[in-house]
Amino acid sequence: MGFWSFFFILVVLGLSVHWYATNKALKLNAKLEKGSKLPSLPSYYGTYSLLLIIFPTSSLLLLWLVGKPFILEYILLQNIPEQLSANFDGAPSMLVDSIKAVDLERIFPGTNPLIVESATYFKDLNNYSNSFAYFSILIVAFLSSYFSLKKISTTFKARQAVEKSNINLLIFSSTIAIITTIGIIFSLIFEALRFFDEIPFFDFLFGLSWSPQTAIREGQIASQGVFGAIPIFSGTLLITLIAMSVAIPVGLLSAVYLSEYATPKVRQTFKPILEILAGVPTVVYGFFAAITVGPFFKDLANYSGFNIASESAIAAGGVMGIMIIPFISSLSDDVISAVPKSLRDASYAMGATKSETVKKIILPAALPGIIGAILLAVSRAIGETMIVVMAAGIAANLTANPFEAVTTVTVQIVTLLIGDQEFDSAKTLAAFALGITLFVATLFLNLLALKIVSKYRERYE
Amino acid sequence: MTEKIKIKSKNVNVYYGQKKALDKINLEIPTNKVTALIGPSGCGKSTFLRCINRMNDTIDICRIEGKIIVDEEDIYSTEVDPVLLRAKIGMVFQKPNPFPKSIFDNVAYGPKIHGIVNSDDELEELVIYSLKKAGLFEEVKDRLNDSGTSLSGGQQQRLCIARAIAISPQIILMDEPCSALDPIATAVIEELIDELVKNFTIVIVTHSMQQAARVSQQTAFFHMGNLIEVGRTDQIFSTPSQKKTQDYITGKIG
Amino acid sequence: MNNLKKIEYSLKKRKRQESRFKIYGLLGITSAVTFLCIILSSIFMEGKKAFLSTYIKLEVYFDPDIIYTDNDQKEEDIKFANFQKIIKNSLNSFFPEISDKGELRKLSNFISSSEEENLMRLVLENKQLIGQKVTLWLLASSKIDVINKNPDMELIAEEDRLISNLELNWLNEIRSANNIESNFNKNFFVKADSTEPEQAGIWGSLVGSFFTLFVTLILSFPIAVAAGVFLEELAPKNKFTDFIEVNINNLAAVPSIIFGLLGLAIFLNVMHLPRSAPIVGGMVLALMTLPTIIIATRASLKAVPPSIREAAIGLGATKFQTVTHHVLPLSLPGILTGTIIGMSQALGESAPLLMIGMVAFIVDVPGSFLDSSTVLPVQIYLWKSTAARGFVELTAAGVMVLLSFLILMNGLAVYIRQKFEKKW
Repeated sequence: MGFWSFFFILVVLGLSVHWYATNKALKLNAKLEKGSKLPSLPSYYGTYSLLLIIFPTSSLLLLWLVGKPFILEYILLQNIPEQLSANFDGAPSMLVDSIKAVDLERIFPGTNPLIVESATYFKDLNNYSNSFAYFSILIVAFLSSYFSLKKISTTFKARQAVEKSNINLLIFSSTIAIITTIGIIFSLIFEALRFFDEIPFFDFLFGLSWSPQTAIREGQIASQGVFGAIPIFSGTLLITLIAMSVAIPVGLLSAVYLSEYATPKVRQTFKPILEILAGVPTVVYGFFAAITVGPFFKDLANYSGFNIASESAIAAGGVMGIMIIPFISSLSDDVISAVPKSLRDASYAMGATKSETVKKIILPAALPGIIGAILLAVSRAIGETMIVVMAAGIAANLTANPFEAVTTVTVQIVTLLIGDQEFDSAKTLAAFALGITLFVATLFLNLLALKIVSKYRERYE
Repeated sequence: MTEKIKIKSKNVNVYYGQKKALDKINLEIPTNKVTALIGPSGCGKSTFLRCINRMNDTIDICRIEGKIIVDEEDIYSTEVDPVLLRAKIGMVFQKPNPFPKSIFDNVAYGPKIHGIVNSDDELEELVIYSLKKAGLFEEVKDRLNDSGTSLSGGQQQRLCIARAIAISPQIILMDEPCSALDPIATAVIEELIDELVKNFTIVIVTHSMQQAARVSQQTAFFHMGNLIEVGRTDQIFSTPSQKKTQDYITGKIG
Repeated sequence: MNNLKKIEYSLKKRKRQESRFKIYGLLGITSAVTFLCIILSSIFMEGKKAFLSTYIKLEVYFDPDIIYTDNDQKEEDIKFANFQKIIKNSLNSFFPEISDKGELRKLSNFISSSEEENLMRLVLENKQLIGQKVTLWLLASSKIDVINKNPDMELIAEEDRLISNLELNWLNEIRSANNIESNFNKNFFVKADSTEPEQAGIWGSLVGSFFTLFVTLILSFPIAVAAGVFLEELAPKNKFTDFIEVNINNLAAVPSIIFGLLGLAIFLNVMHLPRSAPIVGGMVLALMTLPTIIIATRASLKAVPPSIREAAIGLGATKFQTVTHHVLPLSLPGILTGTIIGMSQALGESAPLLMIGMVAFIVDVPGSFLDSSTVLPVQIYLWKSTAARGFVELTAAGVMVLLSFLILMNGLAVYIRQKFEKKW
């Protein structure tokens, strides 16, 4: 049974059960005497029956789609001719892959006939198992609709049942956020642990040299791959520092100007302009950094007698700073506006000027909120990918010179994972080790910032 | 009775956007006396108070016409700097609003920004003097470095008064200074006002007629943006000349 | 000296500080605006060139001896005929003095290789052209196009220039014969990626973006609205719902590349979904977009006044009915606005898609959710990473297309907000 015929039968079944249940309830209501009607509207009985088809079938279908590869592989491994598995040198998973790779329409001449045989078996298995699964799901659907139709009676409260299942659906939707977080943590930890099996944890965290080239052929010397992440961390830090030294002054001053000095008209014009800056995709900033800013600094250095590459920390960091300006300015604007007007009044009534009020009263009072905003911005900067991928470089230099090319955590994750890689070399797994470092760092910054900001809000509410 | 006039308003109109909040106010406020501004809420008494130290400048939509003369000088003329004006006219607000700084820094704020003192010792002296003057020193002398917001409501309000007098203004404006306080704290503040009036000209907005009667020597009654009547406090409360004042005092309008 | 004198004395300095501070603030905001202007104008200056292509007028002789290799004159012959030679001969007839083989090859590189297929199709449809001379405008190759559009490049030293002095001379001869012109670059809007800049287009990645965003929308919208409704309207205040909220707030700030790693580890390696496919990209972006839409949903639900809920509950509606019949429809404009903004973020997102292989070089326009494809921002990234000079303009033009879609979407969001959102 193919998927579409299965789907068609299911839809027809669902619609007819809904119709039948509603009608049955209507008839029941007509027969019953006044005052002893069904406890819910007839359409709720139809909806209830329909839900009782949708829920079990869709969860079974999902389960099947996820579990199918594993079940089939397991069965295939059990049924591979012994001769074949005994003669094959390599992991059984590679054997499975080579069996799956066989195209039965165009068999590559010289393929082991046993492999072809297994491939044929696998193909049949695939087809039969699908039909079998669809068929069983349909049976479940029929059974549950039989069950739901039997339930229509004066004692059954269909509305409550429908609402309860709907609310359960809502709860499930809300838990997707938790599931995603768990998914992130598990996928990162699982692969990172495999990495730390090969590379000691402290070598990774405190090593001073990073060159992830692993041996392509066995026995190749001098290309073992060194995974000391300090140069990457320092590069990330350097770029973040440059970005912050652009974004904090510009963002903060803009926020102060817009909230304290600007007339409403000016504010209404400039706030959307800052929002445009926030809406520009990072790949555009990356392009700008690589094509305009990088060469600009290069020319500038050439002119003053230096020689630098067009990929430099200052180009990437500077443009990243521009990207973060609206982030800082809008968050700071929020916290500055949250400072009560009474404090401003008190300061002005003392004869303080605007700048004195801002510097001595408003900014100190808003400081926790501003620090929270800066922490969020830092978290954003170290997680930013496209700008640095396009403008920072991939060589892991341990340097504090902003005119040199440095690399960052995100750049390394991208370079390690782009291209088809075997998923068991230390090189690809290193990306996950870097990923979990990044995740932990940003998680820490985010939670800290959210805490500071919410504490701050409480103080003035 | 011959009095020196400290503040004189001439045909003051105030608009918030299109709405007229004050209409042709003419009022004279005598030196070293307490003048109470009374009237139902929304009558414009606070607005008038905020005109005297140009606090309404900080509201974008507010527009003022007419003249307010303090010491022979129109404060709305272009030569007058509001910063200097506000150093001369202190203000205490409805809700106590100490800065989120230490008690000491709250009082030291004014002297510091205005560059009144030359040394730390002088500053400390001034802070202690102001706190004593506001009747707060004995209660806080052991915890001058605690946050100003940690004090009780009445103490906070006295801190705000100390803060205002630290730069030795000539006039103190009080905008319902006791409305957020309990009766005991209110009594303390009222005593303080009696004490302060020896050195300062005080204008107080209050919604409590009893308070006006207790602390002020002159009373002005505002109603719907108009100044209805002004006169000696005892006279206003005993024999008002206007019907509206009579109605307000007897509780018919409010 | 009394106090007022002292204050007056210090006032001058304070006024100077005041105006200096104000200038700093003004400097802050103007530099932010200047940055935006520089970014947009530099992209526009570069990108506008890509909307024109250079065409060269040639007298093409469809030589039957080249097209038909033997006498039976089949259609097959036309399909496999050497049109490169036809173009080369046409160029040669314009420059009869060139005879050196190497120079001739250089000369034939003036014309885009895509024109060979175009000529073949032309002949297939009009067989009477064989044996005739026809004047045609042929698409120039990228390097000629670049030099023609950027005249200042001719001044660069020969070794750094895209074309040699000899080629430049030829180009100038073509120019002086008025045989060159710029015209609308149709390829850019109808083709997918290519190794040759003059043949590469944005359409393939646009379709990829469409498929990806479609998946994102149908996954994230219902889930996010359901979650938002539950958290704002129905959820009890307890540890569990607090935990959900912390998770949502945190997910909104997790670096996007982490979502890519999640997609790679779970969707590709565990669930064995196809690499580079819009369906996986859409799933990853859906997870990223969820927090944005959830937060927008909650905000607009919160804006509906409680009196409406009380009215419905007073009539005997259940809490669930109150929400679905009354509150949700009223907050729909806000939810839609949030959704569009979430979608426009997803449209600009590229980092997580690099992780799941949507960065492949794809020449065909994708036809389904499972085909290998790329998306608009990743196409920009890919073009930027290509060395050939002609791709710089394409990249900038790609950015312009991306930005115009974003402007369109955000404009729509603003329109919906202003038109339908009620103020309570």
